[in-house]
Amino acid sequence: MSATGTHELFPSPLRGGGRGGGGAEGTTEPRSAPPPPPAPPRKGEERGRTPSEAGYNFAYLDEGTKRMIRRAILKAIAVPGYQVPFASREMPMPYGWGTGGVQVTAAVLGRADVLKVIDQGADDTTNAVSIRRFFARTSGVATTTRTTEATIIQTRHRIPETPLREGQILVYQVPIPEPLRFLEPRETETRQLHALAEYGSMHVKLYEDISRHGHIATTYAYPVEVAGRYVMDPSPTPKFDNPKMDHSPALQLFGAGRERRIYAVPPYTSVRSLDFEDHPFRVQRFEHPCALCGAEGVYLDEMLLDDAGRRMFVCSDTDHCEGRRADGHVGTGEAV
Amino acid sequence: MSEPLLQVRGLTKRYGTRLACADVSFDIDPGEVLAIVGESGSGKSTLLSLVATELAPDAGTVSYRMRDDVLRDLAGLSEAERRALMRTDWGFVRQDAAQGLRMTVSAGGNVGERLMGLGERHYGRIRGQALDWLGRVEIAADRIDDPPTRFSGGMRQRLQIARNLVTGPRLVLMDEPTSGLDVSVQARLLDLIRRLSAELGLAVIIVTHDLAVARLLSHRIMVMRAGRVIETGLTDRVLDDPEHAYTQLLVSSVLVA
Repeated sequence: MSATGTHELFPSPLRGGGRGGGGAEGTTEPRSAPPPPPAPPRKGEERGRTPSEAGYNFAYLDEGTKRMIRRAILKAIAVPGYQVPFASREMPMPYGWGTGGVQVTAAVLGRADVLKVIDQGADDTTNAVSIRRFFARTSGVATTTRTTEATIIQTRHRIPETPLREGQILVYQVPIPEPLRFLEPRETETRQLHALAEYGSMHVKLYEDISRHGHIATTYAYPVEVAGRYVMDPSPTPKFDNPKMDHSPALQLFGAGRERRIYAVPPYTSVRSLDFEDHPFRVQRFEHPCALCGAEGVYLDEMLLDDAGRRMFVCSDTDHCEGRRADGHVGTGEAV
Repeated sequence: MSEPLLQVRGLTKRYGTRLACADVSFDIDPGEVLAIVGESGSGKSTLLSLVATELAPDAGTVSYRMRDDVLRDLAGLSEAERRALMRTDWGFVRQDAAQGLRMTVSAGGNVGERLMGLGERHYGRIRGQALDWLGRVEIAADRIDDPPTRFSGGMRQRLQIARNLVTGPRLVLMDEPTSGLDVSVQARLLDLIRRLSAELGLAVIIVTHDLAVARLLSHRIMVMRAGRVIETGLTDRVLDDPEHAYTQLLVSSVLVA
């Protein structure tokens, strides 16, 4: 049996009924499901299968490691928001580049999956391109830039603007998983605080924000309470995306490689951003629509255009922006 | 007849073969101030840590009369109950303010933390209470957003007191709260502690090596030496008419300015 055949012995336990294109549950038969219909290539992205790199197991990690990670993921799903320790492996990339997310993706990736990787919402930045190529080479799975086609989306910060659907998995790369670290450096103590649900100190952080800035100035890594129990750090995700986590139909997995923690938000789970009664949680608003596609109510990146300080605000989600432009939406195209 | 608020029976703690605290028993009534005096190494601070359940005793019990008027052994409480008790009904003012405060968090945040821990989620009310308490410990309202790192030693101790008293505790433990402060600042802090404990009817256990502090604040005194209580009684009686030879030595070694 080939290395890829071995993979079929361990079908991903996370493969829900909603996932399209997969084979029957638990079968050891080779999957014959066809890949999703190919879309025209964009941005020079290669579509379709390429044989995986010789000498490597499917999706780089060995099967024993994947099982260990899957067990951690299952526990994380069973206890939403709880940080499950796992034996993080050395990956062929530096810490801080997404080693946790890559390991989670490798553990849940199946042959029929279609992978999308984004960094700051963009499909074409260094980190996104490298990780996408890494999996294309080591697993041969199809890759895409389109949110609607992807079954697994690995992200560094953003949640795609296009609403996710059942069966999709969103994998976050997390640098610091512990929301209480700001006030409590001892790991033994933070575990105790989580166990006893003593989360008063989280509000101290928000209090400090208001007392200094007049409003809650935390704009990313904004703490949330998951399923009414654990407080979780959504990590570098902008708070603009926090509402998208709440009752999302997609499975959300968080991997922190250096800190060796995996946590999860199962589909349709409540995710509430912490706040004060008289200073309720609010997402940031942008004054202008996207200069390229005219979209409003989306997260925008500020682009400096020249050394005279001219700036342009464009969609952070490149796929969303391109999709809208393909549909005929046009922005002003002007600097502000 | 009032029931004791805190009942300590036979507390014993060894560090290896050294006896840090031997068979200590005492009661405290609501609103009573007890001073524990003795030289360095006499086991005062160990005793306080045992009472605060920060250390596990080798023998003995600490029982506390809960708000429901039932005397309960603290060792029998769950961790969650014990912690909830410590941050609502008890206070602990440390010798080193850096241990009792969050040094990177503003004064208002320090005072508000216990309230937020109790589930207060209204910023305006938290800030109002913080301002009120800063006023009561004589810290100017415009310092509310400064972190304690910018406070003087005396101010830090007063902030610690405010942080502890904001939830209306009934028992406050103080470990050498005035040491390291100069005399005039000490006097002011002692005045404040005496006033607040009388106003609020606080029971206080104060550990000190300074007999003047004990005389000023406490109703009763316990003298410790080498882990044992060698004399206990009303403050004036113990200081004016010490029975034990060691207490006599201690009282006679106070310098008179």
